[in-house]
Amino acid sequence: MQSHEASVDMKRLIEDWVHLHGRTRDQLLPLLHAIQEEVGFIDDAAVPLIAQALNLSRADVHGVVTFYHDFRRMPAGRHVVKLCRAESCQARGGAAIEVAAAQRLGVPMGATRRDGQVTLEPVYCLGLCAVGPNALVDGRPVARIDAAAIERIAQEVAA
Amino acid sequence: MKPGQKSKIYVSRDMASVALGADEVAQAFAAAGCEVVRTGSRGLFSIEPLVEVEQDGARVGFGPVGPHDVAAVLDGSHGARLGDVAALPFLAGQQRFTFARCGVIDPLDPEDYAAHGGWRGLDAARGMAPQAVVDAVKASGLRGRGGAGFPTGIKWQTVLDAASDAKFIVCNADEGDSGTFADRMLMEGDPYCLIEGMAIAGHAVGAGHGYVYIRSEYPFAIATMREAIERSAERIAPFTLEVRVGAGAYVCGEETALLDSIEGKRGQVRAKPPLPALAGLFGQPTVINNVLSLAAVPFILAEGAEAYAAVGFGRSRGTMPVQLAGNVKHGGLYEIGFGITLGELVNDIGGGTASGRPVRAVQVGGPLGAYFPPAMFDLPFDYEAFAQAGGLIGHAGITVFDDRVDMAHMARFAMEFCSVESCGKCTPCRIGSTRGVEIMDRIIAARDTQPVVAEGVEGGLARALHSRSPARIDAGLEAQTALLRDLCDTMKYGSLCALGGFTPYPVLSALDHFSEDFGALAPAKEAAE
Repeated sequence: MQSHEASVDMKRLIEDWVHLHGRTRDQLLPLLHAIQEEVGFIDDAAVPLIAQALNLSRADVHGVVTFYHDFRRMPAGRHVVKLCRAESCQARGGAAIEVAAAQRLGVPMGATRRDGQVTLEPVYCLGLCAVGPNALVDGRPVARIDAAAIERIAQEVAA
Repeated sequence: MKPGQKSKIYVSRDMASVALGADEVAQAFAAAGCEVVRTGSRGLFSIEPLVEVEQDGARVGFGPVGPHDVAAVLDGSHGARLGDVAALPFLAGQQRFTFARCGVIDPLDPEDYAAHGGWRGLDAARGMAPQAVVDAVKASGLRGRGGAGFPTGIKWQTVLDAASDAKFIVCNADEGDSGTFADRMLMEGDPYCLIEGMAIAGHAVGAGHGYVYIRSEYPFAIATMREAIERSAERIAPFTLEVRVGAGAYVCGEETALLDSIEGKRGQVRAKPPLPALAGLFGQPTVINNVLSLAAVPFILAEGAEAYAAVGFGRSRGTMPVQLAGNVKHGGLYEIGFGITLGELVNDIGGGTASGRPVRAVQVGGPLGAYFPPAMFDLPFDYEAFAQAGGLIGHAGITVFDDRVDMAHMARFAMEFCSVESCGKCTPCRIGSTRGVEIMDRIIAARDTQPVVAEGVEGGLARALHSRSPARIDAGLEAQTALLRDLCDTMKYGSLCALGGFTPYPVLSALDHFSEDFGALAPAKEAAE
């Protein structure tokens, strides 16, 4: 029953959204963003509903969902830490910070901790390149990450 | 300051300033009863969080400061007193055409924008015939600031000459290159400048609607642009604008992939021709320009093409907002006319490394840009000079590395990044980048284990190319280095777009200029030209 109810909600969410924004194909990415914002991820079960709403094939929608790094097909952890791996952060010791963060948070890069508390993800540049290493912690930017900052982040995501 | 009078202070709301604690500082001042204006960033991050206190019509800067420094800043006794921020050498030495207002005004206040010279370019353009506007952009010498350096005026002319009822202006704000943040700073610090530039472009080519495609990694820029578009809708009417948000695909910074992404498709690169100027978004003639190209246009129309073209070097006219990043002491945004040398930027303005160690390498132009050693620091900032030196200016980001960097590791990273971000459409990029990571792994392993390799290049390459089992691959340095060059050649000339085509720049420049990191057996630089 749970899943049935969830899909009904999803159907309403999609219908309400296309009612406001239209059913043209170019609304696919904005719709996917809206669903992820609301639900946290794009459930495979939502793909046929999205396809129907925008008059696309399921394969088309699946192709788009899987192409873009941002779209999740599984729920993330309660907290999401996006750590920059790009060159400018590397130049400021990012590689060592990545190892230390993975160790302290108890989760490898690109994974969600088994207790579902935290997801550690790579991001390629947040545009804060003069003050790295940088991260987004639940959407909040953090700069000049050192051992103390990792400890603060770990405390924050333990909550 | 008279007693009882409310102090007016300015604190940046730029994402980098907030990452350094500007929100907490602003809250502390607000709690102390000050009137707090949130601006964009001045662009010098070693003094952030920066607070500017208004005194007798002038601003006195203090930075970096924390939330506990309120009292000391307000009574003027704080040790980090900087005086007039605009007079600091880092800022006084710049030629701010595009970033003149950034860090000074309240980014979302339309009156503040107008009071600082805003909308003059649009008003001038709308008093001119479209062809005259295109001619002015041509005369300015403005070239695409996204990296390719294509003359903006020529692109606009093509769209103006194309016959269609529906044309589009698309702003490429998918600034994914590491070491670059000028687009982000402008969108957060002076969004109306970009909006004005797009409205001018709309008038010039006959387009009624525009899109700003912003990467999802820039949540502050997305929010600011959306708000600014809403607030300026009447001012730019009948031209209309909307923001589209990317979804974490680096390749969408490539113009045709970006157009496909707006259309709701996988962000895969299109084959050219047709050019986007003739058959772009939804198959219609489309101007697609970088943020900095469009944001340079209001100045050109307001001050005249000659004023813009008067600055520069060779065929690179006007100014470039250079971004100093990575391990650099005074990192930030430095807008200056073309022609300044790499060494001046890194050593004199940037102050060398933040770690205090010697500079070993700089990467110019993001993940697809070449690595240069300090021996090449006399290179002038100019599209042609960089191309001749085997590199590119790109989006003018300079990432500084100190002597602890392992250049073979950086070459491996360039290949790894390409394999993660490849759109998959063409084989040299999709497969080549993965093979490139494997080759770099073998080179690094060979470097760390076997100091001497006697194998001839020819025999090793032939075997490596024709082998079918990993055991038959000559994992020696010489063979693998030759194979790497061969692979880079295939990627450079066989890829559909700059992602696969330019990944060889960081790889080969690392190999050529830092061969000691590749086991020192790499052939000496073939030609520095």
